[in-house]
Amino acid sequence: MSRLGGAAAALVILAAAFPAWASLGGDSASIQADQLQMQGTRTTKAAESYTVHEIQAATGTVVREYVSQEGKVFGVAWRGPWLPDLRQLFGGYFEQYQAAVQSQGGGRVARRPVMIDQAGLVVRIGGHVRGFVGRAYVPEMLPSGVRAEDIQ
Amino acid sequence: MRAAMRILICLMVCPTCAFLVGCGGSSSSSSPSPTNPIAPSATNVATISVSGGPLGNYPDAAFASVTLCVPGTSTCQTIDNVLVDTGSWGLRILSSPVLTLALPQQQAPDGNPVAECLTFVGSYTWGPVQTADVQIAGEKASSVPIQVLSDTDFPAPSGCTSSGFPSADTLDTLFANGILGVGLLAQDCGNPCLASYDQYFECPSSGCQPIDQALGQQVTNPVALFATDNNGVIVELPAVSSAGAPSVNGSLVFGIGTQSNNALGSAVVYTPDDFLNFTTSYNGQSYPDSFIDSGSDAYFILDSGLTGLANCPTNSDEAGFYCSSQNFSVTNQGSNGTSGVVNFSIANAATLFGNSDNFAFDNLGGYSSTSAPYYFDWGLPFFFGQNVFVAIAGASPPTGVPPGPYWAY
Repeated sequence: MSRLGGAAAALVILAAAFPAWASLGGDSASIQADQLQMQGTRTTKAAESYTVHEIQAATGTVVREYVSQEGKVFGVAWRGPWLPDLRQLFGGYFEQYQAAVQSQGGGRVARRPVMIDQAGLVVRIGGHVRGFVGRAYVPEMLPSGVRAEDIQ
Repeated sequence: MRAAMRILICLMVCPTCAFLVGCGGSSSSSSPSPTNPIAPSATNVATISVSGGPLGNYPDAAFASVTLCVPGTSTCQTIDNVLVDTGSWGLRILSSPVLTLALPQQQAPDGNPVAECLTFVGSYTWGPVQTADVQIAGEKASSVPIQVLSDTDFPAPSGCTSSGFPSADTLDTLFANGILGVGLLAQDCGNPCLASYDQYFECPSSGCQPIDQALGQQVTNPVALFATDNNGVIVELPAVSSAGAPSVNGSLVFGIGTQSNNALGSAVVYTPDDFLNFTTSYNGQSYPDSFIDSGSDAYFILDSGLTGLANCPTNSDEAGFYCSSQNFSVTNQGSNGTSGVVNFSIANAATLFGNSDNFAFDNLGGYSSTSAPYYFDWGLPFFFGQNVFVAIAGASPPTGVPPGPYWAY
């Protein structure tokens, strides 16, 4: 019925083809699922110890996925008018992220950006409606020589 | 005696100001004289207040009263403590017990009820789209699609919860009775929602599904639907002392260049980029993801490493704010090439909050991140002591007035 309906059907087929469903922490095959889910186009750039897969989503949001030489996604970043589907993008890390983001708050109201610093997961989400910026990475998966600042 | 002096000074500085709005509204005994003109009551002027919100825990948030009516009738309800937010578009009101008026439910072409999900940073709002005549001060807009915030009318679909954020559909999570989005745009989605984008849903009993939503059906900035004075707003708040104030009154003026009380004057126009950002430069570095937003309750800027400010302890009442003091001089630049220097101060939030009566601060700050992407979020502190214009994209301005979107101050 809608374009999303068609994408959902394609996802079901892909889910069968790629058992590694997760993006963050998953293998590079999972990026293809992300690309389809976002109805996006993908370009790839190689750095010394990793590869950046950049997906230009149909929403106008640009998502970058950082893949190690072992083929694992160790970081993701985005910028654009719509927040990407973080359940899709964070994969197996989504539940950990969600538990952390839902427990932020207390005291005086502070409409502040999302900042999660856990041993196994770092997340930043900021900006505003129609202009989101953010990134997430798994610290222990960063290839040697790669700084957290490189993921953006 | 002191109050009499203050009123006298007030009248000297601003003889045309109704001092109730321009001066007397601040109950701080050390409040400085206002340097910016605050429009007195008029058809196109609504009073706004910065006073801690309905729960008394919300610093630097401006609130207005909004009257909703069943379309075409005089069956109405006035709702106070609605957050004035130049960072979003459209009116959102908490469902019962706040909204008791029975408004018509918007229906999709197939007759199913329509609901909306709007993702903010850190939370989302969810609930049915209903239609109301909206009146603010003397301005009226007919049959405005609004969002009624409710987690229970329809269960939020996975397309709405994929941010992982908590919902902000109750007083305890929104800290306001609603949000009056009077920012740079008219519709809260625009053309992208003509092809379903997980923002508008139809909700048969089997569950909510994304739908295509025509522009006229989208939740819309009520200002854009006013019969007149519909090309933007001015947020006018007086200066406050560096210690803050318990409560400050100001004005939300409708229209830009449409009346004698809303001329652009010497305000400098800054246009945003496609993501509604402009550039703030500090210490030799440019931050192109910066923006102005009355719905942010502090200057949320950079991080402690880049500013030299100390973060408040994460487990304290001041978590998220800065807990030391510093003066800043930075430059803002619009996409149109205009630029201007902004001088401002940030004070220790623990000291500011130490006076638990105070909620209006022109120097409350917090970090925008603790790692890239860094930016300047010019929240409500930026609005005290200077009038900030917010012009709506696509609106038709009077001759000689530039078309939106832009900020001007």
